[in-house]
Amino acid sequence: MLFGFDLSTVDLYPLLNSLRIAAIASILIFFLGILCAYYVAKLPRWLKGVLDVILTLPMVLPPTVCGYFLLMLVGLRQPLGRWLNTFGIRFVMTWYGGVLAAVVVAFPLMYRTARGAFEAFDKTLAYSGQTLGLSNTYIFWRVRMPACKPGILAGFVLAFARALGEYGATSMLIGYIAGRTATISTTVYQLYQTNDSRAMFWVLINLVISTVVLLAVNLLENRQKKAVKA
Amino acid sequence: MTLFDSDKHINLKPQQRQVGYLFQNYALFPNMTVKQNILCGLHWEKNRTAKENAYAEAVRLFGLEGLEKHKPAQLSGGQQQRVALARILVNRPKLLMLDEPFSALDTHLRMRLQMEMLDVLKNYGGPVLMVTHSRDEAYHMCDHIAVMNQGRLQQSRPTKELFADPQTVPAAVLTGCKNIAPAEKAGEHLLKVPSWGVTLETALPIPEKVTHVGIRAHYFGAKVPQNRFPVALASQMEEPFEWVLEFRYAEQEGKSGNLWWRIPKDKRPAQMPPELGVAPVNVLPLSAE
Repeated sequence: MLFGFDLSTVDLYPLLNSLRIAAIASILIFFLGILCAYYVAKLPRWLKGVLDVILTLPMVLPPTVCGYFLLMLVGLRQPLGRWLNTFGIRFVMTWYGGVLAAVVVAFPLMYRTARGAFEAFDKTLAYSGQTLGLSNTYIFWRVRMPACKPGILAGFVLAFARALGEYGATSMLIGYIAGRTATISTTVYQLYQTNDSRAMFWVLINLVISTVVLLAVNLLENRQKKAVKA
Repeated sequence: MTLFDSDKHINLKPQQRQVGYLFQNYALFPNMTVKQNILCGLHWEKNRTAKENAYAEAVRLFGLEGLEKHKPAQLSGGQQQRVALARILVNRPKLLMLDEPFSALDTHLRMRLQMEMLDVLKNYGGPVLMVTHSRDEAYHMCDHIAVMNQGRLQQSRPTKELFADPQTVPAAVLTGCKNIAPAEKAGEHLLKVPSWGVTLETALPIPEKVTHVGIRAHYFGAKVPQNRFPVALASQMEEPFEWVLEFRYAEQEGKSGNLWWRIPKDKRPAQMPPELGVAPVNVLPLSAE
């Protein structure tokens, strides 16, 4: 009775669901973010500016607005949502709808940090690889990516943390159904609304996960710095 | 083989050009060891044993023993340059281009690396193209110099010849000629320099298109009998081993700049001589282009 409630009455489903959503979302974001960052960095200036705004918008928009747009897109009364539903794919009120919400909201973090890393990359490294006759694929994976690793890694972890804590767009798209769509953040709100002291348990869980994630980022970045210097 | 020709729409990929390029910052891959970096230049060699042999040969030739497991950041500037050259030369380029290879180094290190590079390049049979702003560097390293002016190739001649007779104003400036003034042909071997108020005798025949005259700062002398004219000291600047004396000819036009005379400290006369001469062989007729 440490927190004023019996731990054995806590349903751990929100933890597993949140981890599942954040893990899948951040893996999708990882590849999407790198792809967009790599190609946007190469575009002409004006097109880069336009795409940059569009791709970064979800970061500054209120998550509820993102949720609104998502409902306009994949809501069951919308053409796309209805069409997907004929294949049994429903993003509304399902746990994988949470993945969609998390991808949209957390994507800019990965995209921006990866793009920053790509733009800081010393292009003469790529040029010298080309004059040596190395293929562009080799240069990308063996020279550019290792040099950009700290930035890309930081972006990935930040996106994971953001996906894990997503609330606004998630609650609009998949709501709160205990044991089905409940995530840690929607559970905190739900339990707080009903004056349930177990909200405190989920707050602490969230704190622990976020702290561990940030410690991991710092550790990895230090290691990377040492690897380059040593 | 043509690598690039905008008229014929030829533009080979860098990978197909077989041109070695030494970047100013050497562009070693920071995530790879010295060995991995050099092996990147040997990617074309598919035979394992041949590859290892070529690598070992390069390590010996460039004096990289003991550095093979180091990352570029652990190497000195000179070592980095040797690794970069090794990586390029094991790639067997048909042409080697050096982009201001010594510009990032201090004077002391620069001299040593120039010696080292000359040594290493002896083993490379192909042509080497070096871009430099340094007159001394070009003189040490190259047996042929091309002068570019405003993006156009002006001259391409053996180094010693170019220094002895630069022929054009840009070449004279690049080879370090300090005294240049507009001049007119006044005879087969006579150049009139209105702004200095003198007419100079030359050893070289004067071409019709002559527009300027050049005299190197080292070539004035108090005891030279030819081309002697009265001078007055304008200002002086002390260098570690030389004096730079700025002077004006007695008849010189007011708005034209001072002339430079460079003289080793132990050769400098106690008083500024009243007259300075310059041997005809050291009076350089120049044309604008």
